[in-house]
Amino acid sequence: MATPKLTLQNICKSFPGVKALDGVSLELYAGQVTALIGENGAGKSTLVKVLTGIYQPEQGQISIDGTSIKLATAHDAFGHGITAIHQETVLFDELSVAENIYLGHAPKTKWRTINWREMRKAARIILDEMGAQHIDQNTQLKELGIANKHLVAVARAMSIDAQIVIMDEPTAALSHKEIEDLFTLINHLKSQGKAILFISHKFDEIYRIADRFTVYRDGQMVGSGLVSETKQTEIIQLMVGRAVDQIFPHRKTQLGDTILKVENLNHPTEFANINFDLKKGEILGFYGLVGAGRSEVMQALFGITKTSSGKITLNGKTITPKSPADAIKAGIVYVPEERGTQGVVTDMPIFQNVSLPSLRKTSRGNFIKMAEEFKLAREFTSRLDLRASSLSQPAGTLSGGNQQKIVIAKWLATNPDVIILDEPTKGIDIGSKAAVHEFMAELVEQGLSVIMVSSELPEIMGMSDRIVVMNEGHIIKIIKNNADLTPEKMLVIASGMDETNQAGDAA
Amino acid sequence: MSDNTPKRTLPDRLDSPLKAAFYSWPSLLLAVAIAIFIINSFASPYFLSPWALSDATFNFTEKAVIALAMALLIISGEIDISVAGIIAISSTMMGVALQFGADTPTLVAVGMLTGLICGAFNGALVTKLGLPSIVVTIGTMSLFRGISFIILGDQAYKGYPESFAFFGQGYVYWVISFEFVLFLGLALVYYILLHKTNFGRYIYAIGNNPIAAQFSGVRVARVKFVLFCLTGIMAGVAAVLLTSRLGSTRPSIARGWELEVITMVVLGGINILGGSGTIQGTVIAAFIMGLVTFGLGLLNVPGIVMSIIIGALLIGVIALPTLLNMLRDRLKQ
Repeated sequence: MATPKLTLQNICKSFPGVKALDGVSLELYAGQVTALIGENGAGKSTLVKVLTGIYQPEQGQISIDGTSIKLATAHDAFGHGITAIHQETVLFDELSVAENIYLGHAPKTKWRTINWREMRKAARIILDEMGAQHIDQNTQLKELGIANKHLVAVARAMSIDAQIVIMDEPTAALSHKEIEDLFTLINHLKSQGKAILFISHKFDEIYRIADRFTVYRDGQMVGSGLVSETKQTEIIQLMVGRAVDQIFPHRKTQLGDTILKVENLNHPTEFANINFDLKKGEILGFYGLVGAGRSEVMQALFGITKTSSGKITLNGKTITPKSPADAIKAGIVYVPEERGTQGVVTDMPIFQNVSLPSLRKTSRGNFIKMAEEFKLAREFTSRLDLRASSLSQPAGTLSGGNQQKIVIAKWLATNPDVIILDEPTKGIDIGSKAAVHEFMAELVEQGLSVIMVSSELPEIMGMSDRIVVMNEGHIIKIIKNNADLTPEKMLVIASGMDETNQAGDAA
Repeated sequence: MSDNTPKRTLPDRLDSPLKAAFYSWPSLLLAVAIAIFIINSFASPYFLSPWALSDATFNFTEKAVIALAMALLIISGEIDISVAGIIAISSTMMGVALQFGADTPTLVAVGMLTGLICGAFNGALVTKLGLPSIVVTIGTMSLFRGISFIILGDQAYKGYPESFAFFGQGYVYWVISFEFVLFLGLALVYYILLHKTNFGRYIYAIGNNPIAAQFSGVRVARVKFVLFCLTGIMAGVAAVLLTSRLGSTRPSIARGWELEVITMVVLGGINILGGSGTIQGTVIAAFIMGLVTFGLGLLNVPGIVMSIIIGALLIGVIALPTLLNMLRDRLKQ
């Protein structure tokens, strides 16, 4: 086989209390896609930052085409033809598409000013080549959706003739159709001889697009090989270091009385005519396409989104949550989809994050009692098996899955009646996913009621007692989850094409 | 995460709190303050006399009183540029009250109440209308001082009662002034408020991530509103002290103080972007600024040069940790 385009050897990088990368290596080949696989906290993101010159490894060698190089700054990485497309693409919203593509290396006039006409023309050519005819090079980036932003990022990579393209979970926020388009593009890049590093949690994607794989676990490389010669179960085993039972937890469902009743909830634009109830000990799944209004309904229950009319009854009492503080007091808590921005206070230590909504309980007469806070945090983080070096570590230094555990721990500590989980396992790895699922089962067995918003069908069908299907701000149907329900059926209902549609054309 | 390992309990912290305190910003500031104290005592023979040191405190206590509340406001991610304007209008209102024959307690009440109203006005604009505080308070800075110019013109209010002079000129015991004691008392109150109460914790949470704080049930707007009110009241207190010390009110009173107050806060290690900082740091920074200006004053350094030195000091101290780190890296290599 050919020599690798890019080789990393024995890379080490540590942070206070954590060895993020412990002598890892990686090889990327021209014209091939290498999938980097690992659980959250395995060191994937750190590796991307090393490759893009943001972090400096303490040890190890990086070489391109056999020559050793040093990536001291992001500019160095750029100069060596390495470019990254991140989970949340790092581009400039207020600039045009063409400017984003050519920022830093725009064509110049003889007066050393930017040659705008040349730049727009060149941007057009690149976009057309990629099959992105629908993107106008003159629109502001903020006008574009996330999928098109990814395309712009790829166009940028092409404009500097990058030989090494890193894609860090590029499909996380994309629809089915958009993922297809992205794969077409990746194949195009492959045919041009680019070496691609593809990071994803989704095995179907890895098996479709990747040629090779490398698995990291706890900052170490535990295996690599050709995708075509390796079974999925083998890769999973490498990832988690044990065989994973991919079946959802079995549980005895014991539904109690109705705890939450929502009647005729309306919002001027986002949703209308929302009616459902939630029983004690139930997991109620909310399924629908992105933009169906599920999160907005949840945020209305949590007092963030204002409703125009409707009635919410919790434990037999009518509540009107005007703020999260009201909702929490009533007993409804919400684990948001955006962990980093809405869930944890990243610079605050873990224990203070956990105690934040419970400060009234851990303090005496509004005076902080830190020992009580530590006690509370110790109890709930150990219940969730949080991985960190100490409770005083800033929450932001942990991986996504562990941050999610902090958010859940924080809410459990408030002793709620209803816990709303918005895409609880989005972007987290199989091991953590199973832990979250198991934990949800444990919660309802203890008599808590759970609302779970999810776009992943297996999760919805594997976990829910009943499923509320939403489309364009309306509840289409509430289905009892039983053996008759198939994924195909669910998709038909969710897309609003079901003939037995009862809520009908409420719009 | 595997099934066969028992669930672990995380340790509370890795470093002992004592060790953490030793390496903290206030410790560094304290070292700087001691160094300046020693330099001063060598530079001028008059510096070490009790009365001279007592005089030195008048240089900064009024500003430092505002800096205490400003520190909380900046940690929460907001700022108030209008504090000197609030002093002007509070002092003017006290002067107006004086014309109506107000006695000393009424004068103090008028001063603090005016401060509170101004702070509440700022807070309402920021929290109810969602305007950026830096813009709002740049506006109200001119507004408040403008009102005192309209009321006073080129006049001045004089003739404050004898008993009123105590606040800015009186001594509690020997060389210990009332101003200084008040400042230390307030510093203790603010220390407890920021570091020992739930309210203080909310301030940090808001400064770090207002959305996550709101999502955690913190009433963000309410906390911020209270902080603006506190800053207003502290400016009102400073107005009482200053008016009492000067014995008169002019519309140009306390001009430019907002920058000195903010300098104290930033020098005290409070992140101008919010989210971190301590009251200890702010208090020590206030002492540093007081010692430097007083020391330079004893050496007859003109005011312009003094402000150059204060500016250099601010940049120097802020850059110190970074410089030390660079030096350490250099030595390692």
